[in-house]
Amino acid sequence: MDQLFWAGFTMVAGVFGCVAYFWLSNMALDRIYPARGANASRNINRATAIRPWLFVLPALLVLVIYLIYPVLNSIWLSFTGGTGGGFVGGANWSWLAGDSKFWESMRNNALWLFVVPALSTFFGLLAATLTDRIRWGNIAKSLIFMPMAISFIGASVIWKFVYDYRGEGQEQIGLLNAIVVAMGGAPQAWITMPFWNNFFLMMILVWIQTGFAMVILSAALRGIPEETIEAAILDGASPMQIFWKIKVPQIWGTIAVVWTTITILVLKVFDIVLAMTNGQWGSQVLANLMFDWMFRGADFGRASAIALVIMLLVTPIMVWNIRNARKEMQ
Amino acid sequence: MDNVAGTKSSLVWAVNLAALLLVVLWTVPTAGLLISSFRDRDQIATSGWWTALSAAERNLVVRTGAPDEAARDGAGYVLSGNVFDGAKGEITAFGVSSRAPMKYQAGQVAERNGARITVAANGDYRVTSAEPMKGTRGIRLFVTALEPPKFTLDNYRTVLFSEGIGRSFLNTLTVTIPATVIPIVIAAFAAYALAWMRFPGRALLIALVVGLLVVPLQMTLIPLLKLHNSIGIGKAYLGIWLAHTAFGLPLAIYLLRNYIAGLPGEIIESARVDGATDFQIFRKIVLPLSFPALASFAIFQFLWVWNDLLVATVFLGNNEEQLVMTGRLRELLGSRGGDWEILAASAFVSIAVPLVVFFLMQRYLVRGLLAGSVKGG
Repeated sequence: MDQLFWAGFTMVAGVFGCVAYFWLSNMALDRIYPARGANASRNINRATAIRPWLFVLPALLVLVIYLIYPVLNSIWLSFTGGTGGGFVGGANWSWLAGDSKFWESMRNNALWLFVVPALSTFFGLLAATLTDRIRWGNIAKSLIFMPMAISFIGASVIWKFVYDYRGEGQEQIGLLNAIVVAMGGAPQAWITMPFWNNFFLMMILVWIQTGFAMVILSAALRGIPEETIEAAILDGASPMQIFWKIKVPQIWGTIAVVWTTITILVLKVFDIVLAMTNGQWGSQVLANLMFDWMFRGADFGRASAIALVIMLLVTPIMVWNIRNARKEMQ
Repeated sequence: MDNVAGTKSSLVWAVNLAALLLVVLWTVPTAGLLISSFRDRDQIATSGWWTALSAAERNLVVRTGAPDEAARDGAGYVLSGNVFDGAKGEITAFGVSSRAPMKYQAGQVAERNGARITVAANGDYRVTSAEPMKGTRGIRLFVTALEPPKFTLDNYRTVLFSEGIGRSFLNTLTVTIPATVIPIVIAAFAAYALAWMRFPGRALLIALVVGLLVVPLQMTLIPLLKLHNSIGIGKAYLGIWLAHTAFGLPLAIYLLRNYIAGLPGEIIESARVDGATDFQIFRKIVLPLSFPALASFAIFQFLWVWNDLLVATVFLGNNEEQLVMTGRLRELLGSRGGDWEILAASAFVSIAVPLVVFFLMQRYLVRGLLAGSVKGG
């Protein structure tokens, strides 16, 4: 119970500290540049120029120390050796290029990057379209969205149950094998099947992310102007034509946002692979490989190199997002 | 308007069916976990969780009481009792010989060695005989029993008190509460400045925040760990609070800024004209009006911190005292991977709170997701 007290205390202290900083700094600014007296207008101008920086300073400090500096430091670390060694140039990189586990991870990540966003978006679109037209739509949406609240590790336990394998002839307690056996097939050890196990792991992430895609796409679908649809109906279009030729093109921008957001997440996910296979049987991914080198291998240089690869893969999306943000601000 | 196209009853029926199928597919895995967590250990290991939903048929062999202790009943002797011995169940069939164990239905009368034997549906058996019955061992009865599903709370009891999940629950709570509240304060001020104050470099800062949204955590972990070690924080709660605050800040600033920028400008302008300082405007107008956005981000951050494994592993370490629930679950997967009942109950404890938060605050979560995500073609 002690630590809960400390947590609560820290929270109150933190909030109090922040508020105190803002209040005091504002007050100081007003004292130094009072909006009265001889230099009133000069003071007001100065105060107005400085004040935004007061508001922004704590956030800026935190971002620089905790996000920007580490990114730069990581880039540097990828050129250093093992456990705190000195500069080793491209040694980590040449090792990386020759490591079979690395290329296995790249291949798997490529698969993940294609399959998961595609399936999530597809199921999300399907779910959005279906649930928008039924009376119990809100409940349906809640239930499909619910896996998003579950941790990746919790989801891994849930799906471990589904994928469980018992030898042939024994009663299956895993749902998938039970269905396969009931339909006359032989039970399989799904997550140890080389190459195909990747897809079974991907299904877990698709299961989680479909709700996300559904929520956003549903809102986008509802935003389509009704006149367009009505005109199409009057022209005699069937529901399928309306869907593929009118609705989908109109929400293309949103589909792109959903796709890229899920892509970013896919690159970061390591919990699922860690919990289900830990990279064995050919299922290794970059994020888990990095985790492995950081903790088991204790080689910060190599781990940083892998992290940098992940960063490079994400950079195109980052650039695209920034471009869009600037366009919106114009 | 959606009612015009596709209102044929068959189409509506198909849509409902398809939706139902999708929902069932999505909820079955979680339901399986929940049901399993209430089952007895042996039952989990031998049968799938779906069998627990209906009564299971079992073939039992029971012995009646000793025949030479049969009570006298008028001119004859009676041996009676209940095959379930107090538990609940229903007999569908019984037999008195191993060659025909299901020969008689419940309630019928069987004959054996001059005695009449009957077993009722509720398990009561009655053996009557005109002659005194011999033997100290009871007569064998073969019964087919329908047992109701057996559920237990034992798994939860074990998990909460002896597997350390209770402690981990407190640890997770300790990590999550400050990590959710503090970013809000810092971000709110910055968001207001970025939305309503004019200053050079504003656009650059906004672009920076958008860019940082995407940076993978993996890039920051090692340098931050070294930083914490070098300034003496090491692996403690303070470190993880700072880390989560920082990681949540870009999203917080982004969400809050979008929302605050959408507030009606007239209110703020007229307040300025009335002589209010920016600080006062922020405190009295912007902050109260931004409550929906603040709630959205709070839910996001809460769920994200609660469910996080990576940051906790890096900044808090793996010792027993400080393990958070996700870490505990991962450890259980390794050390007790075969003990399904422990895994199921632990997993459910760890996802219970996020699920409750999710269902209560769905509205805000959805609104947060939609902020800035919906765009035209």
